Amino acid sequence: MTVVGEQLQPTLFERGRPGRGGDKIPHPPKNALDRIPAAARRVKPPALPELNEPEVVRHYVNLSQLNYAIDTGFYPLGSCTMKFNPKLNEWAARLPGFATLHPLAPDSIAQGTLQLLWELEGILCEISGMTAVTLQPAAGAQGELTGILMIRAYHRSRGDTERDEVLVPDSSHGTNPATASMAGFRTITIPSAADGGVDLDKFRAALGPRTAAVMITNPSTLGLFEQRIGDLLDEVHAAGALAYMDGANLNAILGRFKPGEAGFDVMHFNVHKTFSTPHGGGGPGAGPVGVAPVLLPYLPSPRVLRADDGSFRLEGPDERSTSIGRLRSFVGNTGVLVRAYAYLRAHGGTGLRQVSDDAVLAANYLRKRVGGAYDIPFDRACKHEFVASAAGIKRRTGVRTLDIAKRLIDYGYHPPTIYFPLTVEEGMLIEPTETESVETLDAFADALIAIAAECETDPELVRSAPHDAPVGRLDEATAARQPNLRWRPMAGAEMPCPD
Amino acid sequence: MPYGPHTASDRVRMLAALGIDSVDALFADIPENLRAGRLDLPGPEPELELAARLQGLAARNRTDLASFLGAGVYRHWTPPNVDQLLLRGEWYTAYTPYQPEISQGTLQSIYEYESLLAELVDLDVVSASHYDGAAATAEAGLMTCRATRRGRVLVSKAVHPHYRQTLTAYFGAGLELDDIPLVADGDGAGTTDLAALERLLSEPERPVAGVIAGQPNFFGLLEPMAEIARLAHAAGALFVSVIEPVSLAVLAPPGAYGADIAAGEGQPLGIAPQYGGPYLGILASTDALVRQIPGRLVGMTTDVKGRRAYVMTLRAREQDIRRDKAASNICTNQALLALAASIYLATIGPHGLRDVAAQGAARAARLEAALAAVGAARVHPGPYLNEFAVRVPDARAVHRRLIDRGVLAGLVLGDLVPDEPSLADALLVCATEVTTDAEIELCAGSLAAELASHDVATPSPVEAAR
Repeated sequence: MTVVGEQLQPTLFERGRPGRGGDKIPHPPKNALDRIPAAARRVKPPALPELNEPEVVRHYVNLSQLNYAIDTGFYPLGSCTMKFNPKLNEWAARLPGFATLHPLAPDSIAQGTLQLLWELEGILCEISGMTAVTLQPAAGAQGELTGILMIRAYHRSRGDTERDEVLVPDSSHGTNPATASMAGFRTITIPSAADGGVDLDKFRAALGPRTAAVMITNPSTLGLFEQRIGDLLDEVHAAGALAYMDGANLNAILGRFKPGEAGFDVMHFNVHKTFSTPHGGGGPGAGPVGVAPVLLPYLPSPRVLRADDGSFRLEGPDERSTSIGRLRSFVGNTGVLVRAYAYLRAHGGTGLRQVSDDAVLAANYLRKRVGGAYDIPFDRACKHEFVASAAGIKRRTGVRTLDIAKRLIDYGYHPPTIYFPLTVEEGMLIEPTETESVETLDAFADALIAIAAECETDPELVRSAPHDAPVGRLDEATAARQPNLRWRPMAGAEMPCPD
Repeated sequence: MPYGPHTASDRVRMLAALGIDSVDALFADIPENLRAGRLDLPGPEPELELAARLQGLAARNRTDLASFLGAGVYRHWTPPNVDQLLLRGEWYTAYTPYQPEISQGTLQSIYEYESLLAELVDLDVVSASHYDGAAATAEAGLMTCRATRRGRVLVSKAVHPHYRQTLTAYFGAGLELDDIPLVADGDGAGTTDLAALERLLSEPERPVAGVIAGQPNFFGLLEPMAEIARLAHAAGALFVSVIEPVSLAVLAPPGAYGADIAAGEGQPLGIAPQYGGPYLGILASTDALVRQIPGRLVGMTTDVKGRRAYVMTLRAREQDIRRDKAASNICTNQALLALAASIYLATIGPHGLRDVAAQGAARAARLEAALAAVGAARVHPGPYLNEFAVRVPDARAVHRRLIDRGVLAGLVLGDLVPDEPSLADALLVCATEVTTDAEIELCAGSLAAELASHDVATPSPVEAAR
């Protein structure tokens, strides 16, 4: 099965010819730049390619066909929640009233968007059990930084300046320790217990007067609910630390578990995962952050406020001196938040709970289907994703998880997340989401099972995959050793042009 | 379920395969005392009704005004092919290109983005991409500290206030951030004070990692970038230039005046204002800093058959590999906006981009003349490209009343720069290629009418002093 286009494309630079294109903008008067001092002027114009519009369109349409995407097929990338991206949401975000509104427009002319943002905050509070939400962070990782900076401000406000450590489980996303470092904390890694959860004894040993925060992903990156979460949160608070929940896996627990009610002090939402906003080839996303009352004073500025008369406004720059300030310009990735709002309204309370029920059901069904052919290191009810392992296959045949992932491409699927979490040998993190039919799940399971058989009968076929993709496996070593990060006629000429 | 595929019998079949009769069994691992009751939210909304709700909200925003508001986000003509191409599902419903064999479209487009921006800023390494101009500037500041192993950064007070506030938040963790004051009066008023910069750079026990200044600066003025670069380098510091990408068609690029890092907001390259984002954080550096730059990098390489192909590279800088030792925590970025910028640049071309920048300058000169003719003179005398501050008595009230006349008269500077008394009665206005003569006339005429009624309504300064 071929799922993506065949033909590689020359670069824009190779396609361009001097003199092509133009007539988009009226020519300015000849003297338009005379008042700009010579010292500030550009001497050598940028060597951008010159193309006419039909060529630009063909270039990008052809390039797009080299991509695998949710709109082309099943994308079970664990931890990323690659669910369907509703088309209504794209339409909504492009309504001129939303799309052309300037971020510094006075509140009086921005009432529609401000109302939407205010309502969205309320919906996220209800889902999370948190007291308030900021919509400012541009992505989950920026949400993490926002949360950790608020935690730091909280401890400082109490004169508690000795807390310089953040505890994270060894199965956590890399963003957790990277965030702790950015905020000036030392990361202490807590090993997992045999059942995949946090090892409570080792956790207790690490917890102490230097602990500022604990960052926990729940359900964990193994797709397992952290069953000892109640005890864990009690211990955190008894030690004077605060608890951060990485909400990357919220898709599993909508309407089933509210982190704020359970005792978490702060969490982020990945709206590009749970609430269906498109991943865009790597972004954009948005990472709203919810807080318990204890962190309310430190929320980033500006917040969206509602006045007694029902009108909405943005908080002024000096209105709340305890705020940690701002993490980016303006209010947030509003265009992304419009899409999330549409998704949440389309589902409503009952629909959101059904989302999690179906996501969890699909993951467990798939776990059951592939369990015979692959090792399932934690073979109990999973949440929205599960880990399979090819460790046994590798021992018997030498074929690795990477090879199996590449062979899935030949079968027409995007591979799952591989070698994450780092704690599982030859791991594959598989997340089907709730928008895939049982027929799709069955076909994918059949493919995985067929590949497991191929590993025994024809390992070389798997090791040399993919066979049907636009390109084969890449020379990543040379790419890193001699980086070619921009087009130069000379550098490009060394590579055969695929024209 | 608006988008779910499962019929009742599908669910029964899956449950049966699991040997359970209710999905509740799959949630039994949530401790009973921590289970949520229900979501107290309205029920599902059919698409037709939801569409009407969304249209209603959008209609409550007023986007029909003649707008002169810029201040970091600019109105431009975006050729419709940009958005039509972005709407291909192969682009926007793909994820990070972790599997290069089936992501060559995204990977090549990122490589081309890096190449196009490298031409524009005249630096070799372009990260693809950061959240917005503010976050990119903050990352640039952190980069200078890592590269020099120093812990103090100087930022001009004429850098966008939101960017400076973002730097402050990012720098809370033991790094120092000092403001460089501005020239108070004379020809250079409103630009970075070079003498003050020199003093700040010459504190031996407080070595400086980086100096940050914007071109054009927040007030629209042109800064002596080559001088700032020279002073920074003489003190062993790196120089970060905060750029506006369209202006680089006509203004000297960072590479030409010795900047080590360029950061800025890519929104003007074909991206709608959208009340704050998603935008495009531009971050670029010299080759020497390639292992310090955060964010994704795509390189050209070959596949097993020797064919040209593209792959994410130098991944050891990134959080999923290096965890707490990574260059940044950035993971999700703004790839789709980088694609928008690339399609915009490819469509508009080098001559088109120059026309956009020069037309903006021409429209702004006309706006300046029209406003001066009704008594709103510029605050600063120095050269500008397409944005400038004008003095208007009682600026906040006049700005509010002009909305009723159909004019969004730029930014009330006091709103974003409250600590600068000299800007209390000033508006920051801009023009671009989309600004029409009719809009300029409406703005100037309305302002004249407001100022005339203002003279009647409030006592003049002389009367007030009596």
